[in-house]
Amino acid sequence: MIDVLLIILLMTLFYMAIANRMLTYIKVLAFQGILLFFVVFIQLKDITTLNLVLILLETIVFKSLAVPFFLAYILKRNNITREAEPYLPNFVSLIITTFIVVITILLSHSIKDTHLDKIFFVVALSSLFFGMYLIATRRKIITHVMGYMVIENGVFVLSLAVGNEMPMLVNLGIMLDIFASVLILGIFLNKIGDVFKDVDVDQLTNLKDY
Amino acid sequence: MTLLYLIVAFSIGIGLFINRNKKVNYSLVGLFLLVQWGFTIYACYRFNSTEIDYFTFDSLGILLMITLSIIAIPAAIHSGIYVEKHHENPQARGIYFAALISLITAIGAGYLANHIAVIWIFTEITTLSASALIYHHRNKLALEGTWKYVFICALSITFVFIGILFLSISMEQGGSTDLSFRNLLTNSSKLNTFWLRLAFVFIFTGFTAKLGLVPMFTAGIDAKDKAPAPAGALLASVLMNLGFVGVFRFYIVIANTPLHHWANMVIGIAAFLSIFVATVYMIKVKNIKRMLAYSGIEHMGIVMLGIAAGGIGYYAAILHIILHAFVKSSLFFQFTQVYRIFQNKSIYHVGNYFKYNSTGAMVLLLGFISATAMPPSGMFVSEFLIFRSMFEANQILLLISVLLLLTMIIWAFGKNIFKILFIPVVGFDESNLPVINPWESFSQFILIGLAIYLGLNPPLEFVKLIEESVQFLPK
Repeated sequence: MIDVLLIILLMTLFYMAIANRMLTYIKVLAFQGILLFFVVFIQLKDITTLNLVLILLETIVFKSLAVPFFLAYILKRNNITREAEPYLPNFVSLIITTFIVVITILLSHSIKDTHLDKIFFVVALSSLFFGMYLIATRRKIITHVMGYMVIENGVFVLSLAVGNEMPMLVNLGIMLDIFASVLILGIFLNKIGDVFKDVDVDQLTNLKDY
Repeated sequence: MTLLYLIVAFSIGIGLFINRNKKVNYSLVGLFLLVQWGFTIYACYRFNSTEIDYFTFDSLGILLMITLSIIAIPAAIHSGIYVEKHHENPQARGIYFAALISLITAIGAGYLANHIAVIWIFTEITTLSASALIYHHRNKLALEGTWKYVFICALSITFVFIGILFLSISMEQGGSTDLSFRNLLTNSSKLNTFWLRLAFVFIFTGFTAKLGLVPMFTAGIDAKDKAPAPAGALLASVLMNLGFVGVFRFYIVIANTPLHHWANMVIGIAAFLSIFVATVYMIKVKNIKRMLAYSGIEHMGIVMLGIAAGGIGYYAAILHIILHAFVKSSLFFQFTQVYRIFQNKSIYHVGNYFKYNSTGAMVLLLGFISATAMPPSGMFVSEFLIFRSMFEANQILLLISVLLLLTMIIWAFGKNIFKILFIPVVGFDESNLPVINPWESFSQFILIGLAIYLGLNPPLEFVKLIEESVQFLPK
């Protein structure tokens, strides 16, 4: 069952690679959050109430409710156009994403480690690299935040693969990280929308050395 | 006590954020300095003890904590002057000081943390508070700088976290789950090298955003440029040291595994590239603050070369980051006065500084001599020791190329500094120049003097502390 969920997660990456509209990105992100919740729910063997609350908070509340709503709000408030405006055509995007997934499969195949569930590793690394690819090839600044969220989801999967109990402190730290970074990024994104009237990366080239 | 310190410091921060009264604000900042110094002295008394499991007052932590507390005083004073001269509104003042205090507190707690995840959390907090400082002026360029800084730091903090995950896989196979540095060190022989390698790459890359090395150095430059100079002084000195602590504490673990040589190579490549990049930009750069920031990149490159070379290089690297913190922060503090006279950051619009503010010009001159490690400066000693260690490690080719690059950096740095000091600007309006109180340069003289004193005639206690912080490294 976990394998199915993780493969669906992998498929959402492909969907994101060819998606054209900003709202689709947001929906995919919310969907990934729900997927992650079920993955955790099945993966963790002994769940205490506190643990469950934390996981619920992290996946459902943050990843699939708060952040998508916040991003949608920013889209609306700053009148960001619906198109994703990639630098590369969707077909090339698709090929590159396939390439990323194949590479990570080959990479994880080379690991001689019986402890590790390899599919977690493949999904995590693919999300990581795909997130970076997304950041590098989209014109709008808000898609950078979405790419960052994809990376965070990959990291989340990776932390499940590690499996052992990370200290509570670290769990809290992750929540702080996601919450704070997205919030801060969102706030400044709003400001960028107010100040520049247009939220393309081309606007952010004024800091120079001379 | 540590918990108490954190609670008090952060509540002072919140108090500053809420309260708009000028007198209350300044007395809260004063109170924080008292708390900071009280905690530092307490930490010295409780040397080598551990509190609430995650904080150990070890030698490296204490050394850097004292450095931080020393720099915190002039930072607060110059921030006060800065806020007054710019006639900031009460809200901007409150946010500025709140962010400054939480930045200092988070950096200090990060120094003392003995668990890699705790360093990680406090590094995240420094990003948040630094972003408030960078965005202080609320204009387009500040926004751009803040955006880039927050984004790159968020990415790099994620990298560090991935590194921690790999480290915990590596540790799990060593039969333990505790990721404190002490435990990692005792179990270093059992760590799985494959995962450890991955962990080191990710953690090192992540911390370079704070440390200021290739590949993640870019955001730090924009941050130091756009933050008000007194805050930029903290970003360019003690915050870089926090990145160093993150890398160095993990490096001690990896140096006791078979990966030592490989890690040295990774660090060495990053360090050499940093010096190279710093040279290229130093020659081109026309913005004084960015020039100082690039000089910091160069120094961190030299420090990491010392770490990679080993031997006496370890000692020299720790000495160098402490001296660099004093010198670089004093140059940044001095920059506020330069800006007040010329109202410009560009080399083209700044010049003949000796005529307008001779005390400040002396600081710039001394700071330049110190930052380029010319003989009376303390950094000459540490840099010389680092080069000696590279010579002893048979890295002659690397040493020669680094020395060539350093020559170019000194030339570029000197060209710009002497332009600022002596060459008049065409069309500069000399009427209604602001009068600058020479006492405002007093703290900079103290800091530079301290750097000279500690370099040339280090007290016995100081040497002992540095030697203790590198005692776990292989000879």
